Amino acid sequence: MELLLNIGAATERGLAYIGGLVQLLGRAAAHAFVSPLKRSLSFQRASHQAMAVGVSAIPVISFITFFIGVIMALQAAYELKRFGAIQLVANMVAISITRELGPLVTGIVVIGRSGSAFAAEIGTMKVTEELDAIETMALPPVAFLVTPKLVAMLVMMPCLTIWADLMGVVGGSVFGMIGASYTFGTYLAATRDALLMRDIVTGLVKSMVFGFVITGVGCLEGFSTGAGSEQVGRSTTSAVVTSIFLVVFVDLVFTAIFYMTSGT
Amino acid sequence: MSSSEAPVIYGRDLRVQYGDSEILHGLNFEVRPRETMVILGGSGSGKSTLLRTMVGLEKPTSGSVWVNGRNLATASASEMDEVRKKIGLSFQGGALIGSMTVGENVALPLREHTNLEESTIEVMVRIKLQQVGLIKFEHFMPSQLSGGMKKRAAVARAMAMDPEILFFDEPSAGLDPVVAAGIDQLILNLKQALAVTIVVVTHELASAFLIADRIIVLDDGHIIAAVTPDELKKSTHPRIQQFLNRVADTEAGDDVDHLQLFAE
Repeated sequence: MELLLNIGAATERGLAYIGGLVQLLGRAAAHAFVSPLKRSLSFQRASHQAMAVGVSAIPVISFITFFIGVIMALQAAYELKRFGAIQLVANMVAISITRELGPLVTGIVVIGRSGSAFAAEIGTMKVTEELDAIETMALPPVAFLVTPKLVAMLVMMPCLTIWADLMGVVGGSVFGMIGASYTFGTYLAATRDALLMRDIVTGLVKSMVFGFVITGVGCLEGFSTGAGSEQVGRSTTSAVVTSIFLVVFVDLVFTAIFYMTSGT
Repeated sequence: MSSSEAPVIYGRDLRVQYGDSEILHGLNFEVRPRETMVILGGSGSGKSTLLRTMVGLEKPTSGSVWVNGRNLATASASEMDEVRKKIGLSFQGGALIGSMTVGENVALPLREHTNLEESTIEVMVRIKLQQVGLIKFEHFMPSQLSGGMKKRAAVARAMAMDPEILFFDEPSAGLDPVVAAGIDQLILNLKQALAVTIVVVTHELASAFLIADRIIVLDDGHIIAAVTPDELKKSTHPRIQQFLNRVADTEAGDDVDHLQLFAE
């Protein structure tokens, strides 16, 4: 009985959290169209965020997805070799990177860099009364803080994902050239033939949904920070853990939907 | 100052509650145009809550608080913002936005709420910083300033929109006596130069007697006096005498109540 009650309470908390997330994102998105603040200044803040969220993340995402491309090629080749189908390594890498690993790894790196930063920034602002200060200056905190982050995230996540896809394929090509008698040109051609537009679009749609989740969780955790600097640490941890969980969960849901609607 | 004018701020049976515990127990008070009102009280007396309620950061549970002719208890978000554009609040710790320079902090409300030319805004920012003696620190980040300078910068930001009412939260708390005296002098100067209504929340007696036209004494969420400084000195009220003479609470019961409050 107690177990059931606990499950019920946890479900209720989970639903309330999702409700809070949707409400926050809804308000942030609405402010992107009808802003109570000056449009030019909001654009400045958004581009500043886009630099921090997107451009600065390029080096680390490049390295990680490059390595993952190599790893995927090695893993695939291990099995494919037994069937004498090592040439298919380009297909394997292309599809798993664009549909799955590109967006997912990008999402996780962005959580680590930016989701945590959102929670820490807003949490610190709450602790130091900066949030109250913004409010008493008649600047709505959601429009001032969340909307620029959301806009930056929705623009940068697909861009980063495309870049991650590319770097993953380049990583795969390194193995292709060394271990599977490809040249760089033939590997890219094989990749192009293996991919459908649908694979890439699937990944980009996922990445935008991840952008919503990461911004929402990071900012919501920041706003719910209690008093004291210790709480900022708690919010940051919670933002990262919750975002990773939700991103993987959303990934599962979307992958399942894409699988069921693909008709193959 | 004439008492015949309508008060700029007044409360009627104002009650504010956090969770289950009521902090302000039905306050009636008024602040007249262009007077300097000091709200004096010990820790936990509810003076910060009263201030937060007067700027709309806390909603009254019942009763009303009127600022510039608008009841904040029933004001909509946009009405609240209209009120807020005509008030300035200087926070205890400054609450300057850490990612902006001192000048940008002061310029922020002007940039968001007015259509002034950038060159005009720059001039206005310099005038405000001049008034608080921080003209050389326009391009400093808040983290590079001392505690007293942060408070001065916060005052400059509060004055940015030429508000009709200036609020100060604990202006001299945490400062050495010389710097604290400097802040008191600054408030006195502003009072003379700007002819605005000033509301100061403090527990510093010396500071209160120096700057106040009238003093409200809060004790445990009740107003026990609303008088001029001279009248306050002559008061025979036991709690006021205790406060003026810095006598510690002897009733152990009080402390136990507080501990229980925190333990809950």
